[in-house]
Amino acid sequence: MERIPILRMGPFLLITIQVDMHDKLAMQLQDDVTQRISDWGSAGVLIDISSLEIVDSFIGRMLANIAAMSRVLGAETVVVGMQPAVAITLVELGMSLPGVRTALNVESGMELLYRSLGTSLGVAHDRSEA
Amino acid sequence: MSKLGEIISQNEEHIRSEWMKHMAASVQRSDLMSNVELQEQSRALLKAILHGVSSSQPDDFSGPGWSTAREQLQDISASRARQGFSPSDTATFVLSLKQPIFSTIRRELSGNQNEMFDTIWSCTVLLDKLALITAETYIATREEIISRQQQELMELSTPVVKLWDGILALPIIGTLDSARTQVVMEELLQTVVATNSKFAIVDITGVPTVDTLVAQHLLKTITAARLMGAECIISGVRPQIAQTIVHLGINLEDVITKAKLADAFALALHKSGRTVVRTSSAPNVNAAVIPAVQKEG
Amino acid sequence: MIVVKREQFPLQSSSDVVAARQRVRQMATELRFSLVDQTKLVTAASELARNALDHGRGGQMSIEVVNGLSRTGLKLTFEDNGPGIPDIEAALKDGFTTGAGMGLGLGGSKRLVNEFAIESEVGKGTKVTVIRWR
Repeated sequence: MERIPILRMGPFLLITIQVDMHDKLAMQLQDDVTQRISDWGSAGVLIDISSLEIVDSFIGRMLANIAAMSRVLGAETVVVGMQPAVAITLVELGMSLPGVRTALNVESGMELLYRSLGTSLGVAHDRSEA
Repeated sequence: MSKLGEIISQNEEHIRSEWMKHMAASVQRSDLMSNVELQEQSRALLKAILHGVSSSQPDDFSGPGWSTAREQLQDISASRARQGFSPSDTATFVLSLKQPIFSTIRRELSGNQNEMFDTIWSCTVLLDKLALITAETYIATREEIISRQQQELMELSTPVVKLWDGILALPIIGTLDSARTQVVMEELLQTVVATNSKFAIVDITGVPTVDTLVAQHLLKTITAARLMGAECIISGVRPQIAQTIVHLGINLEDVITKAKLADAFALALHKSGRTVVRTSSAPNVNAAVIPAVQKEG
Repeated sequence: MIVVKREQFPLQSSSDVVAARQRVRQMATELRFSLVDQTKLVTAASELARNALDHGRGGQMSIEVVNGLSRTGLKLTFEDNGPGIPDIEAALKDGFTTGAGMGLGLGGSKRLVNEFAIESEVGKGTKVTVIRWR
């Protein structure tokens, strides 16, 4: 079955969502992210949704779940690149995604993660395999 | 087929040419529509009316038998509204059909007064209804034009200004209703993406009242910006507004608010790692904005 | 209201939901809806299709292009023969700021469209009809 690829970028995970996700794919992604954080000791997760033209309540909850689960595992999540039309629609739908940090693009998202890395314990570095 | 249908179908061409003559005598507006176009419209409409009158349910104007006539009337009325005809012009176009049809009825049924009256009556009811359809469509078309102009006006009156790299200002002048909020949100968010701005200062000095609804609209805008990764600061909060907000119990705890735009700007600069330094002893001269010294991470 | 075109889609799996909303997107694009209006309608379609699937145990969606007095719109109807909704009032009132909740997304969807109608009977099923004008 197809899966959303998860790339490793140093202490962080980079996930680019480009397809119209159906439920199984979304559940698989949640599983994969938590697994990878555990395997690689990642300290941050960056989810790029700049290609997503639709974010409904299901996808919204998925993002919130990933953020919450990653936090429990000691990793920060940043969602980047939300399209204006999507943001306007989500707000109208009543979803404000509390607990999910956001940034304009991958670059600012990485900056955010590096800054939060500086304030975390640095345990993640020790745990990660080269 | 009803008597009316018979009479129209047997005298179609005659009725149509009398109709044209009658219109030429009253209002033709040849400046707005060519004669050829007029001939075509009248021929098509008369055919559609005949179709409706001879359909299985001639009195059911919302039924399928009249759908062609309705569509045509709507098209005619809408295009005339856009061309600049007055609503009376368009209604007259339909109503002037009465004269030729009535005189034809009188000629054909002169021997039978009751039948003549009934047929004239059904004809007048029919044409009045059709004329009303044109009036309704005319109004609907004008309203569409008005609402489009309102939209354009709204877009023009919410400029998004770049104060500095990554810092936008959005001065709102006038009331903030839900329609305007949509326009404001779209403008703001698109500019955020286009300029890669992390901060947006929403100045409400020009917003006369802030009640729970307006506050909701503002919060929507702020939340949408935040979802995209930009932070909003509200400025221009007047003393009365501050009081209203507290009295109404509006919750702005996640939002930074400042009384003055200048304060909001200074805050945005600071948050984006910049500071303003005066480079000469003379006041108000040569002030420069420099990035704050990067702390070693 | 005159219906100009009508298409029907099954909602029996989550890939059906994706296919259905992609078709709504296509048609909204053809009719030249603004981007924000398209996004709102497609998102509402996704919510309601998902409801029919998850709560209604599967159903169908129909898309119709409708012509009003001087405007064009897309009308979507979602039908299922599921358990129905006992308290429609409560279902529509999912609160504006919650959003994290597991609500049926009905209240939210209502805000994304111009016209919204719902019929539901416990034990029989649910039918939601929405229209977005261009």
